[in-house]
Amino acid sequence: MPIAESDIKWVEAPKLGFLEQLYLPIVYDGLKTTIGHIFGKSKTESYPEQEPKLPPNYRGVHRLNRDEQYRVKCVACYMCATACPAHCIDIVAAPAPAGWTDREKYPETFVIDELRCIYCGMCEEACPVDAIELTTLYDLTGYSREQLVFDKEKLLSVFDATTKAGTDPIRSRSGALGPASEAPKS
Amino acid sequence: MPEFDFLTTAIIIGGLVAIVMSIVGYATLAERKVSAWIQDRVGPNRVGPLGLLQPLADGGKFFLKESPIPSHVDKVFYLLAPAAAMAIALMALAVVPWGGTTPPPKPVAVEMTQDGITPDYSKAVQRFEAEQGEYRNQFQGVIAPGLDIGIVYVFALGSLAIYGVILGGWSSDNKYSLLGSLRSSAQIISYEIPLGMSIVGVVLFAGSMNLETIIAWQKQNGWFLMFQPLAFLLFMVSVYAECNRLPFDLPESEQELVGGYLTEYGSLKFGMFMLGEYTHMITTSFLMSIVFWGGWSLFGLEDSFTDPIVAVVLKAAILGGKMLGFLLLYIVIRWTIPRFRFDQLMGLAWKVMIPLSLLHLLAAMLVRQYGWSNWALTAISIGLFVAFGLVAAFKKIAPNNTPRRKVIPKMLPRAMVSSL
Repeated sequence: MPIAESDIKWVEAPKLGFLEQLYLPIVYDGLKTTIGHIFGKSKTESYPEQEPKLPPNYRGVHRLNRDEQYRVKCVACYMCATACPAHCIDIVAAPAPAGWTDREKYPETFVIDELRCIYCGMCEEACPVDAIELTTLYDLTGYSREQLVFDKEKLLSVFDATTKAGTDPIRSRSGALGPASEAPKS
Repeated sequence: MPEFDFLTTAIIIGGLVAIVMSIVGYATLAERKVSAWIQDRVGPNRVGPLGLLQPLADGGKFFLKESPIPSHVDKVFYLLAPAAAMAIALMALAVVPWGGTTPPPKPVAVEMTQDGITPDYSKAVQRFEAEQGEYRNQFQGVIAPGLDIGIVYVFALGSLAIYGVILGGWSSDNKYSLLGSLRSSAQIISYEIPLGMSIVGVVLFAGSMNLETIIAWQKQNGWFLMFQPLAFLLFMVSVYAECNRLPFDLPESEQELVGGYLTEYGSLKFGMFMLGEYTHMITTSFLMSIVFWGGWSLFGLEDSFTDPIVAVVLKAAILGGKMLGFLLLYIVIRWTIPRFRFDQLMGLAWKVMIPLSLLHLLAAMLVRQYGWSNWALTAISIGLFVAFGLVAAFKKIAPNNTPRRKVIPKMLPRAMVSSL
């Protein structure tokens, strides 16, 4: 489609003045900026001496929370396993031990494949009893794939480690578990 | 001439080359660190304290990496190019004074005897022997003392250095390498003209091209920076172009863009090109500090110690300090000024710097001929610079040079546009 002459606008480059043609004043200006930055503070964070400051809702390694009586909070309702887009959570439910009267089920095994996980946080959002949370631990390493498949004991140990370190405070509601865990009223 | 002692000279050469190569290695580290500080970063600091062993790690990497020779290159020139680049850069160090020097004695004029007719040769010979003996006994802080063509030797080697670039681009059998090397060689040979002409003004005043004589003149009369600031500016700009440093960075930036003459080069050969470039930077930093900033003299400070060894060390330290200052300026300017386009680069050389250097040379000749004060030359230099700026500010740009940019508004449907 031909363009009409009236549509086109011609733009001229701005004409350089006397000081700009001399070029040196601008170079001096530039040098002031450059040399000023040499003596300023650097913004680099020297990892690993300086760890980054992570926001509290950072999505890192999962943990299984415990309640006040040091029991695992999870009631094996399979909400997280269903919500997980990567299908990395594997739960085997079992009847709760005799002394645990406020719940019917508990997870006999709870395995998360941390290598499959995409750290989206859907499991944390799905859990009705605030049992699974993503912590701020980011430097996850292992010598084999098997090492990075976390089972229940490992996940609970992450809980113990992070609460002791104080980096991830317990955000769950204290007190009773949520409504999904209560036995149906008969 | 001072006595030529093979062993002493060999030791001095070996020492100087070793020192310059170490400075080159640490110049790469300085470049990375200073660049980092300018960009609010930290730079290499893991290898050794403050990253001081980083050049060793880089050198080790270059040595241990596989050094491939592609099958399609012209093997002789391919291997010759980096070797030539580095060897020529090192050869230029032979005349650069790195410590205290005294100028060689001037030729002795034969005088007449009592009767005024017969020349008195024996007295002249005696004076010659005495002066030469005195010169021979002095320590000269330069590898090749008394070389009267001092500066011309350096410029000749600078011209030879283009061979490294041209051979590298040609032997690579790669059209982008060839074009890159041609551009680089055009840049270097264009900037050699103002490089040489800006120095001729200095040579006229000092009366000799010998670098030691130039330093001696400056010690007596004052630095050439004060009398010929325009020559210093022209020299500095030309030397930046000769070393392919920003803002005249096109041959090197082509590595980022397309290829350039370094495309086909691997580890150690690439390293040798880089070493050659940094050696050029060091040699030209030395030259700038010697020819315009007084060399090893610092307003009489170097005379305050009578012990000869301390004096030599002090003079070397002063000159080294000035040289390091110029090296730092190379690095800081690189991160301050944007790159010139190739046509702007060539236009700057041929249309601005060559006329300026010619007129400056004319002014220097007038000042010498008519015996005006040296400060007159300072005034004329600054006046020339300002005059060129005024001419450039007020002249009309030719129509085909006008950078006009077409701005088309958003495309409306045809029916609406034609109704406007």
